[in-house]
Amino acid sequence: MNDTSIFPRINVGEWGESGIDWLRANLEWLFSFFDTVMSWLDDEFSSLLLWPEPVVMVIFFALVALIVRSWELAVGTLVFFSLIVATGQWDNAMLTLSLVLIATLIALLISVPIGVWAARNSAVSAAIKPMLDLMQTMPAFVYLIPAVLLFSIGVVPGLFATVIFALPPGVRFTELGIRQVDSETVEAGHAFGATPRQILRGIQLPLATPTIMAGVNQVIMLALSMAVIAGFVGADGLGKEVVSSISSLNIPKGIEAGLGVVILAIYLDRITAALGNSGDYPHSLLGRLRTRRTSRAAATETVSA
Amino acid sequence: MASIQAHNLYKVFGRRPARGVEALKRGFTREDLRHEGLTPAVIDASFEVEPGEIFVVMGLSGSGKSTLIRMVNGLLEPTSGSVAIDGMNVTKSSGEALRSIRREKVSMVFQHFALLPHRTVGENAAYALEIQGVNRAEREKRAAEALAMVDLDGWGGSLPGELSGGMRQRVGLARALAAGTDILLMDEAFSALDPLIRRGMQDQLVELQDRFDKTILFITHDLNEAMRLGDRIAMMRDGRIEQIGTADQILNDPVNNYVAQFVQDVDRSRVLTAESLMEKPIAVIGQDQGPLAAQKIMRENQMSALLSLRPDRTLRGVALESAVAASVASRRADLPLLGPAETAVVRPDDLLNELFGIAATTEGPLVVVDDRDRVLGVIPRVTLFAAASTQEIDLDDSPNGLAPSTVGGSL
Repeated sequence: MNDTSIFPRINVGEWGESGIDWLRANLEWLFSFFDTVMSWLDDEFSSLLLWPEPVVMVIFFALVALIVRSWELAVGTLVFFSLIVATGQWDNAMLTLSLVLIATLIALLISVPIGVWAARNSAVSAAIKPMLDLMQTMPAFVYLIPAVLLFSIGVVPGLFATVIFALPPGVRFTELGIRQVDSETVEAGHAFGATPRQILRGIQLPLATPTIMAGVNQVIMLALSMAVIAGFVGADGLGKEVVSSISSLNIPKGIEAGLGVVILAIYLDRITAALGNSGDYPHSLLGRLRTRRTSRAAATETVSA
Repeated sequence: MASIQAHNLYKVFGRRPARGVEALKRGFTREDLRHEGLTPAVIDASFEVEPGEIFVVMGLSGSGKSTLIRMVNGLLEPTSGSVAIDGMNVTKSSGEALRSIRREKVSMVFQHFALLPHRTVGENAAYALEIQGVNRAEREKRAAEALAMVDLDGWGGSLPGELSGGMRQRVGLARALAAGTDILLMDEAFSALDPLIRRGMQDQLVELQDRFDKTILFITHDLNEAMRLGDRIAMMRDGRIEQIGTADQILNDPVNNYVAQFVQDVDRSRVLTAESLMEKPIAVIGQDQGPLAAQKIMRENQMSALLSLRPDRTLRGVALESAVAASVASRRADLPLLGPAETAVVRPDDLLNELFGIAATTEGPLVVVDDRDRVLGVIPRVTLFAAASTQEIDLDDSPNGLAPSTVGGSL
């Protein structure tokens, strides 16, 4: 077949490989620096999460739920996080959580500025769009191969692949959020003589926050799904449990690790959704605090008037 | 010096807009340019706004008025032409120079308020001051003062979302007032409000302008609003300014059929004043002249009534044709006069709709007098009724557009 084809064989894959080889040969110092920083970050953060007794952490997560969302989520958190502890997956869950949160943080540090840039410059927007498409549609496993080559086995290649995979929605939602800000309101900023920076910080970012938070939510969800796949390259956590239960066909372990992922996913989703639309949750502690503050401000205004 | 000077402004949207300006100058129409993918929004607009004036730009949607106002403070860059604010060229300024003009010279009020929803009313009102770098205590004080000016004292701690539309726009107005600039640009500022609230806002704006002597460039598509507010009005159509003039000039002396048709639907009785309707008394009759002399003057001038004035030009009385004829027939020597008390006496700034009530209870023409009772002019009854009817406008025959020329000089 190949011999009769009118298409010559184009070795895109090999080009990619030589590109990676070049990176390894010439930017070793950079990758070893990343390696050191990221593994240090992950070590510190995961040992912080694992330092208190699991009970203390479960209560802590329930309190967070109560503060930003509702007592219902707090109760659910108590029950289901206790289930993670009871199935013996607590340490793995915390390792995964650490990986997800660090990957999310790095992804946002990269994607939000790029999103802002794309919102202000249509050429940039047009240029990065195909790159984002590529990053999102490339099968997640493919990222693992160069990640392992660049960082060898362990948590860092998992982190690296997770950041790349989770980045696109951060960029897209930031750009969308800023472009959606009412043009008249932005004009008002210009009309009163605000600088572009003042407009970005005082008008565009605050008004785009709900959309950007929806992006953060997406980033976290993608990071979580990738963090599981990262188990294949030796990143410790629930993903590694799932991978090992596949190879040993250990159904009970697979179910327990999988449930842990589900519980983490739902918890992170509800929390970030509530952070993005805090006005929708007036009965959270934050909501109550806010209502009290505005009504007090209104009261003092009336008194002074 | 004028507060705002706009010279030959052009704004064309599309690729390589400068060629559109060239084409327009060579006489191509808007339609011609549209085929080329160019949209001329403003074509050769020039105007000047004097300090303390309310200058209204009036036009339907798509007439280019919003584009025009955005070129005044540099939100849009003209394709050709220039704008100067207090003599400073806005068009040539950019970056920090332009921002400092905006901070110090000119504020803007927006159609949809453009408030920051995440900030309180007080913080919104203080926004311009925050940008100007005014310290917190000072800007809170000035924002509170501005809110008091628009009757919103006590609302500083609320969020804009908790306010009604009219109140939100008053916050927008307070923000512009707090900025402390002499010039206000108002882009359809009251168009999104209910008619009743709009009236209240218009009154409030006029009142504020009287108090603070701001220079206001006001954009609207509502002719009645333009007539109520504008010291002068620029009528815009399809990107061009068709006519600039006072409300009276535009109603009574439209430059073309478009303007004439446009003003046809205006409630003229609420716009036209006695001053704009009155005519100079062509002939008056002296104190010692009799009915025969009066009849002669009336016949010669085709008048149905004649004024008699005292030496200080106050009104002694009005002689009506029927009474004069009766006196002549009965050969009486004294001139029958209706005294000032029986005559309709009005002030120059009385509105047409007020004149009707006065005319209904008296006989003869309406006499317009100044505040020292000196006669300024007369309004024949025919003119009064013709003025209220828009059908009488005939551009070719009657330069003042109010009454047929045959009755123009009659009393």
